Amino acid sequence: MVRSVGRQTLSIVQSLGDFTLFTAHSFRAAVGSRKLGRRVLRAVFEQGVRCLPVILVVGVFTGLVLGLQGYYVLSRFGSQSLLGTLVSLSIVRELGPVLAALMLVGQAGSALAAELGIQRNSEQIAALETMGVSSHAYLVAPRLIAALLVYPMQTALFCCVGLYGGSLSGSMLLGLEPGVYWSAVERAVESRDMRECMAKALTFGLLTIAVCSYHGFNAHRCRSGTGARAVSASTTRAVVQSSIIVLAADYIITSFLI
Amino acid sequence: MTGDKQDLLLKIEGLHKRFGDNLVLKGASLDVPRGALVTVLGQSGAGKSVLLKCLADVIQPDSGEISFDGHSLGGADAAGRAEFRRRCSYLFQSNALFDSLTALENVALPLEQTTDLKDEEVLDRSMEALKQLELDAHCDRYPSQLSGGMQKRLALARAIVTRPELVLFDEPTAGLDPLRRNAVFTMIAKYQRQFGFTALVVTHDVPEALIASDRVALLDKGSMCFQGTPGEFAASSDPVVQGFRDSEAALGHTLASIRRGETIQSDDS
Repeated sequence: MVRSVGRQTLSIVQSLGDFTLFTAHSFRAAVGSRKLGRRVLRAVFEQGVRCLPVILVVGVFTGLVLGLQGYYVLSRFGSQSLLGTLVSLSIVRELGPVLAALMLVGQAGSALAAELGIQRNSEQIAALETMGVSSHAYLVAPRLIAALLVYPMQTALFCCVGLYGGSLSGSMLLGLEPGVYWSAVERAVESRDMRECMAKALTFGLLTIAVCSYHGFNAHRCRSGTGARAVSASTTRAVVQSSIIVLAADYIITSFLI
Repeated sequence: MTGDKQDLLLKIEGLHKRFGDNLVLKGASLDVPRGALVTVLGQSGAGKSVLLKCLADVIQPDSGEISFDGHSLGGADAAGRAEFRRRCSYLFQSNALFDSLTALENVALPLEQTTDLKDEEVLDRSMEALKQLELDAHCDRYPSQLSGGMQKRLALARAIVTRPELVLFDEPTAGLDPLRRNAVFTMIAKYQRQFGFTALVVTHDVPEALIASDRVALLDKGSMCFQGTPGEFAASSDPVVQGFRDSEAALGHTLASIRRGETIQSDDS
């Protein structure tokens, strides 16, 4: 029992060290990498433009539901005028960064892990190394840099759309004055809330894309299978671990910044 | 081709590589003269691909010495290894083409990433390589839209676009029918002479290798049991060489015996 716990602990520590080295090596390899800008642009397109519809849809529905639930809860206390405060603080401080990150993990992170896993299986990564091209610089670094740009932008967009969704619920469907809703939003959201939101978006972006890259890149080291099964297992692990990391990191950041 | 020491581009001595309990390479040694087409023959699982991957710096050998152009790779620093990779190309058995890039982008990739050439020069040299391998009409196609032979030529175009001195071919004819095997060996021999690179091919296709190669080596159970010219290979009385060389004739005898109803003693028994 003790031996098993010890072995598991050592394995986790080793994996964490390996993951940290992988991420650091990718950023270091990006320095001086040729045509990096083009690959970052392509990664921004993959993570940003392709994920736009899902961010918009989830954002507006989150706002709609929050507006609806919030209105009925606040109406019990006769405080419907505080709907804008409830929706804006919930979205900007918590739901915006977390849900946007989870959507990006589901859409861009899973695709990234599967793509890298297939490239590993079909020896494309080995081919890069034999050409003298750093696979970290060519495949991983652009995705990490793109995540640092895309996640904050997508989170900001999610928050805007979510606030509009709350306004739709409260003003158009339930009869709250739009001016009351938006002035409450304006009063509630401070610059420190925006900073917390962006800090979370940056952290989630870096962590989730690094985790997805790590699992895809190391699909050949997957213990639960080889070939297509290894790609599937590493993609699943990437998505599950990224989602857990988003929630855990959210708690840690909130506990420091609150 | 003389094979004198001063003419050697690549020299391998006492290479060992173990995967867990499986000792794949047991002191393999090989001399590759500059400008020659050298073929390493061997059964499946003899360690041919592992030998090639050790040479390409994809796998690190446990012990042994690899010298390229007189310089040891084992003691080389990062710059030395980068220089070796610049002068050496590797053609994977699976071609390892980037399926999300077009034929032109695949060929341009090593130039874009390892040289300081301008975009126009990269394009010119990539198109030139595609033209030399008769693929210029297909430059906008993706690898999945090309036939197997075209993919092989595309992989070769990518391998030679950086003008390497040594090209390593990993089982280039694996899984091909006899006509395509001939075509691939013809392609290798033709372009090896045209571009003047040194070629190291690992395969288990004996007849094609004997016709196309300048020198032949036989890898058996992780060590090199023969090195010489195709003529010397054909005349060798070494039982391992004979067994490998005459495997088709042996199969004919065995099948004839089966048809006659004689009892066959299996090698496995």
